[in-house]
Amino acid sequence: MSTPQNLRPDLAAIAAMIRPGARVLDVGCGDGALLEHLVTTKGVDGRGIEISQANVNACVARGLAVVQGDADTDLVDYPAQVFDAVILSQTIQATEKPAAVLNHLLRIGRRTAVSLPNFGYWKVRASLLAGGRMPRTRSLDQTWYDTPNIHLCTLADFVDLTVACGATIVEAHALKESGRTGHMDPRRLTHGILGPNLFAQGGVFLLKKA
Amino acid sequence: MTDAPRFVKPVTRPADVGLAVTFDGPLALDCGRSLSPVTIAYMTYGTLNAARSNAVLVCHALTGDQFVASDHPITGKHGWWTSMVGPGKSIDTDRFFVICANVIGGCMGSTGPTEADPATGKPYGLDFPLITIRDMVRAQKMLVDHLGIEKLLAVAGGSMGGMQVLQWAASYPESVRAVVPIACAARHSAQNIAFHEVGRQAIMADPDWHGGRYAEAGAFPSKGLAVARMAAHITYVSEAALQRKFGRNLQNRAALSFQFAPDFQIESYLHHQGATFVDRFDANSYLYITRAMDYFDLAAEHGGVLADAFRDSPVRFCIISFSSDWLFPPGENKQIAHALNAVAAKVSFVEIKTDKGHDAFLLHEPEMFDTVRGFLNHAATDIA
Repeated sequence: MSTPQNLRPDLAAIAAMIRPGARVLDVGCGDGALLEHLVTTKGVDGRGIEISQANVNACVARGLAVVQGDADTDLVDYPAQVFDAVILSQTIQATEKPAAVLNHLLRIGRRTAVSLPNFGYWKVRASLLAGGRMPRTRSLDQTWYDTPNIHLCTLADFVDLTVACGATIVEAHALKESGRTGHMDPRRLTHGILGPNLFAQGGVFLLKKA
Repeated sequence: MTDAPRFVKPVTRPADVGLAVTFDGPLALDCGRSLSPVTIAYMTYGTLNAARSNAVLVCHALTGDQFVASDHPITGKHGWWTSMVGPGKSIDTDRFFVICANVIGGCMGSTGPTEADPATGKPYGLDFPLITIRDMVRAQKMLVDHLGIEKLLAVAGGSMGGMQVLQWAASYPESVRAVVPIACAARHSAQNIAFHEVGRQAIMADPDWHGGRYAEAGAFPSKGLAVARMAAHITYVSEAALQRKFGRNLQNRAALSFQFAPDFQIESYLHHQGATFVDRFDANSYLYITRAMDYFDLAAEHGGVLADAFRDSPVRFCIISFSSDWLFPPGENKQIAHALNAVAAKVSFVEIKTDKGHDAFLLHEPEMFDTVRGFLNHAATDIA
């Protein structure tokens, strides 16, 4: 069984946002670690979508209900507002159409939790400034021509997308390099130069359709 | 009454022939008629536990039978799913009590068109009533009840077996915990009906068919049945696999013969498939069972809404499809998953990458074995 201690920090932050007994869809659920944690600790009714066959098998062996599929093409088949919460963890940057995907998530779930890496993080900026090449980070350690992460953005960019999709930010958390998370004021992401958009390695957002 | 089964074709090998149980009936059928008596021939493997909770029903495909994990008494070949079912296999007979029954309409001991019609004493022939997938499942439910099993741990099967699996979940949701429909669909497509009709017409065009009364005429429509099998076999494999295996290779010759004898390896392969099939299968059974598949449309039973077939279902589903299956393409399998999702049923779906086509479910597909093993292991935690 997973515990919050061994859950990835962004997943632990998302887990904290989910109410006990909720009906949850985890889009890009990987090997099912978060879903299993939510099922065992919060008694959620959990479902997943995952693109990798090996990961789906891992989920099935855990007793999870997971459909092998692609967030870019399969969300359209899910009815509106059937899930209390929809989760998209470290996946939006790998989708072909992030805006379409986010719109579907907001349609399917009453709440949408998104975690993503921050390409505005000062180390990433410094790497590009000093090295002159596309930055590679510990969590995104691939060359620009061989990466599934085709839509990288900063936290400020993501807030712009939420506005474009007509979503309201209910909660926002900064992910720090230390692995710790802290509440952040979304307004500080888009106003001023100093703030989480520079100092956070990633972010976790809880959204709802306004 | 339980007895040894009677097969249409002669037993050639010493092998466990299993059992046949005969019920007085009547078994009411979808066509409006009924069968009485009804015989169901079946095999079991492994041991039923004291709580009678470890039973797994395996449903066979169009030309399969109850010999899922043991040698076939007519062909002498190994069971058709020994890769999946057996000691230590994904469907583990050391842990589970596995049941496999010949479908009604079949020719391996269950009531079918070759049986004597109680009304006339002669073989039914085309007087045998048209049966459906749901009728087959009704008969299986009689067997499961007869074995004293209130709730099956799982029902699993591929192709037409997968259709039966879906029907089990729809008809008897309280009698099964988990289901594994593989390489199937919730309804038979126009293309699939078309291929079946070609096969049936080939059988009926054979002068030895005698309007279905070939047994009384002392004949058998081997040619027609072989052609039906040849046409169907093409649909079981992918174009890529045929090309990889045979290409344009010639059979036992260096150059084209400029005659109609089989020049190409693929021709010779199909001839072999047809020739071996007629030694073990009955022509009228082929007509009836293909028709049952054609009639299958689970949504139609529920006002055209597939999701309604599974509303409030407590059953767990694990749907498996194969990327190169053009008979039951992954998309058709996935539609079942979407319908189940729409009613918040517990469903998993995998699409296994392979070039082996529809027949992949019968072949060595390690990822399929892993999926089924993991799914059943977890389902079994409910009964531990």
